[in-house]
Amino acid sequence: MSTVATSQIKLTPEHARPRASVRSRLQDALPKIVLAPSFAITIVFVYGFILWTIYLSFTNSKTFPSYVLTGSRAYQRLWGWTFDTDPPSSWYTSITNMGIFGFLYIFICLALGLFLAILLDQKIRGEGVLRPIYLYPMALSFIVTGVAWKWFLDPGLGLEQTLHQWGWTSFHFDWIKNKDFVIYTVVIAGVWQASGFIMAMFLAGLRGIDGEIMKAAQIDGATTFQLYRRIVIPLLRPIFLSAFIVLAHLAIKSYDLVVALTSGGPGGSAWLPSNFMYEYTFKRNEMAVGSASAVIMLMTIVAIIVPYLYSELREKPR
Amino acid sequence: MSAVTTPARQASGGVNVKVINRIVIYGLLALFALFYLMPLFVMLVTSFKTMDEIQNGNMLALPRAPTFDPWLKAWGETCVGLTCAGIKGYFWNSIKMVVPAVLISTMLGALNGYVLTKWRFRGATLVFGLMLFACFIPFQSVLLPMATILGSLGRFGVTLQNATGTSFGLGNPTVNLVFVHVVYGIGFTTLFFRNYYEAFPTELVKAAQVDGASFFQIFRRIMLPNSMPIFVVTVIYQFTNIWNDFLFASAYAGTGDAMPMTVALNNVVNTSTGVVEYNVNMAAAMIAALPTLLVYVLAGRYFVRGLMAGAVKG
Amino acid sequence: MLRKLLIGTALASGLAFAAHAEDVKEVQMLHWWTSGGEAAALNVLKGDLAKEGYAWKDVPVAGGGGDAAMTALKAMVAAGNYPTASQMLGYTVLDYAAAGVMGDLTETAKKEGWDKSVPAALQKFSVYDGKWVAAPVNVHSVNWLWINKAVLDKIGGTEPKTFDDFVALLDKAKAAGVIPLALGGQNWQEATMFDSVVLSTGGPEFYKKAFNDLDDASLKSDTMKKSFDNLAKLVTYVDPNFSGRDWNLATAMVIKGDALVQVMGDWAKGEFNAAKKTPGTDFLCYRFPGTDGSVIYNSDMFGMFNVPDDRKAAQVALATATLSKSFQSAFNVVKGSVPARTDVPDTDFDACGKKGIADLKAANEGGTLFGSLAQGYGAPPAVANAYKDVVSKFVHGQIKTSDEAVTELVKAIDDAK
Repeated sequence: MSTVATSQIKLTPEHARPRASVRSRLQDALPKIVLAPSFAITIVFVYGFILWTIYLSFTNSKTFPSYVLTGSRAYQRLWGWTFDTDPPSSWYTSITNMGIFGFLYIFICLALGLFLAILLDQKIRGEGVLRPIYLYPMALSFIVTGVAWKWFLDPGLGLEQTLHQWGWTSFHFDWIKNKDFVIYTVVIAGVWQASGFIMAMFLAGLRGIDGEIMKAAQIDGATTFQLYRRIVIPLLRPIFLSAFIVLAHLAIKSYDLVVALTSGGPGGSAWLPSNFMYEYTFKRNEMAVGSASAVIMLMTIVAIIVPYLYSELREKPR
Repeated sequence: MSAVTTPARQASGGVNVKVINRIVIYGLLALFALFYLMPLFVMLVTSFKTMDEIQNGNMLALPRAPTFDPWLKAWGETCVGLTCAGIKGYFWNSIKMVVPAVLISTMLGALNGYVLTKWRFRGATLVFGLMLFACFIPFQSVLLPMATILGSLGRFGVTLQNATGTSFGLGNPTVNLVFVHVVYGIGFTTLFFRNYYEAFPTELVKAAQVDGASFFQIFRRIMLPNSMPIFVVTVIYQFTNIWNDFLFASAYAGTGDAMPMTVALNNVVNTSTGVVEYNVNMAAAMIAALPTLLVYVLAGRYFVRGLMAGAVKG
Repeated sequence: MLRKLLIGTALASGLAFAAHAEDVKEVQMLHWWTSGGEAAALNVLKGDLAKEGYAWKDVPVAGGGGDAAMTALKAMVAAGNYPTASQMLGYTVLDYAAAGVMGDLTETAKKEGWDKSVPAALQKFSVYDGKWVAAPVNVHSVNWLWINKAVLDKIGGTEPKTFDDFVALLDKAKAAGVIPLALGGQNWQEATMFDSVVLSTGGPEFYKKAFNDLDDASLKSDTMKKSFDNLAKLVTYVDPNFSGRDWNLATAMVIKGDALVQVMGDWAKGEFNAAKKTPGTDFLCYRFPGTDGSVIYNSDMFGMFNVPDDRKAAQVALATATLSKSFQSAFNVVKGSVPARTDVPDTDFDACGKKGIADLKAANEGGTLFGSLAQGYGAPPAVANAYKDVVSKFVHGQIKTSDEAVTELVKAIDDAK
């Protein structure tokens, strides 16, 4: 490394204001050049497409995109549906389900993931066996795991039937057939799929924590609980951020899960906004409504994520 | 086991309490292992049963007369559309697409994370925020505009082909899929590496700068060797997502022969008529999941090894 | 093949030489018929084309009764990569035709006489603006009962002729401890059954006005309310686990004798065939009580896209083969449906198939052939799906009374129009 002896000794990127050669100027711009392609494709293929979607939501696009602006009828319809609670409109069902599912799914995955990671971090014999067991559900596509779960939760085939055969005949578990509870079965299957991966993320974080800090705290007489609450968990904050983002995006995109597990649920009672959007854009040929629902989803995400990102990214000491 | 940093010991002192603690911990871990294994168990036993036994027996019971036929059928005989040659042929299609997509998106993510943490510039946080938020775009709403762009690129590819004799891969469905997966994977890979490098001591980078190391030298010699755990996490994540993607695969594989595994599996499983051959479906699913499972098991080893390497940095 | 091509081009003019020399001898076919029986049926077509020297490029995308395939098709069309043909349903064909991406097979149609042999009801969807844009493959009919004969004999039942007969029969089954009605609780199955209930309750005129013309007064009428009441009555005869069940599992319940009857389209016959059951001895196919003489249909079509000139010959070959009498017979014997042209001999069909062919012919001539709203042949997808929503919410209890159901139906259809 020492072979490259140039005059960069005191330069850190933040303070670099080079008046030097083209080459060192290039060196300085290099980080931005490296980042530029990724940033550019994100702008075009994400934000460009978001603008396109917003535009479509103000047209009367049906089967195919139409580019004549016709006003906000799509939003007016969604707005009307938001208050159609009896009988619940599909849109109302979708957004309330999103609330239930999103909260439970993210919360349980984070809690369970952290809990399992802490357990696994206790110098466990057989960790090498347990870790992949917790992790593997993420590897399987829900096209088929959906079938396995569907059986398992079906009162006529799965758990209920099995327990009945084993003699526990009063056992009753038919959530998957019940319009008021079907969304919770989606939570169960979703947690099963993702919590192991979250566990792995936390485990990687735990292993990255400096052992010295832990030792020092133990010497100071901290109990295990205190140790984790006061020291370990705060140190895991960046992992929480990653995990939250991963989970939030999985929750929002949980289209396959609902379809494979419930085919939409009794009377469409398991719909999530992603199902709504897909149905209206592709099946019902009401692309404007589908786009409007996508826009509302994105705005909701902005409202939730952006403040969180802001606080997480801003208060970094460096 | 000998390295004693178990906090329980410090707090309790009594041997009995410690033993009970261990029992509780192992008990909980085993219980959860059962929860995670249950569907796999169902799939496995089903894949070894005859159809008769599936229809009349208990879902959780072991096969009375285990048969390997469903696996053979899934591998080499079952019909994917009109071609009845099993799902074996689609492996290669998927691998051709997944490997480049994972490698490119992971490398870009590593570089982005490195720039965003160790070479901060004004607006870096905003750039990161924008890339991060990109993770949330619902794929269904990019399906059509992306198809339009890929279509134009394909036509440009034909023009290039006529003019220069090569299309540089434009319009090739596999290249299209790689491109799409890289575009929508960067957000995550950047997030993973950025958060990992955030905790990586900046002093090491500064010291290397003082020694006159260049941007890429620092990346190659200091960052990369210490990135094993996050590489593993990222590769696992990307590999799984891209391998299991159905939406893009079904829409952009086009009329060519690039159909990836997921679409083939879907065609086997998602039949709307006829007796559903659950045993063959389950076997096909297990076969289709083998590469991802393999990645998990293999990566798991490096995971630990990488962690050990990472522990030195402390 | 090459020799044939050379002779052909030698005879043709110089200009034609340029156009024909590079004809692509291949058809690209997007479809969702991936399961055993259907794939076998389609393989007949593949074989027919192979005999004429055309290779078959298969683009199967299963799932959601064609939803996944239609999404893939939309992406392909957006990208400008049209397949030679795609399996399509009803109003979808018209949507694509209106977007100007369909080809024109009028010349072939004239030569082959499709105008005369294909029922007018189908031509409504396969002809757009005077041009043939799709080749219908079959005609399905949804107002059928599929009954396990052994169970029927055991409970001492006979063919129900009216809705009340039907209810009485279901009661008998219930008393005998058999599940009376096998139903899959997915919205399209519930709505498909409701199509028949409405036809039975209100008669052919009413069905047409309400579900094809979307006439407001009919949708609001007491007859519609009565239909919902009748549906509610039927739903009391299903087993508690019906919700979410796939239709073929419901059919399997009838095949195995766990249930007496299923109300389903004639694709259910494919299941009985696959289980080696014979109509008349093992199972019975009756028209839904009170709907004899009328046929509620849907049809699978091969939409023909506006492909480049060098692929047009292959497309014509595909369309011609699809509507050839031999393929129509061979395919539909396997699929359970009936031919899309009325001049195909019924010799190879079983008893149910023969009845289906005769019924279709009579309904076509008597003006009682109606598009199924549940299957996307009654109204555009927005309306059809709004309808399925309401029916399903009624069956599963989100909508509690038939009064409310009628109000919701009118509102939903208005909103979607």
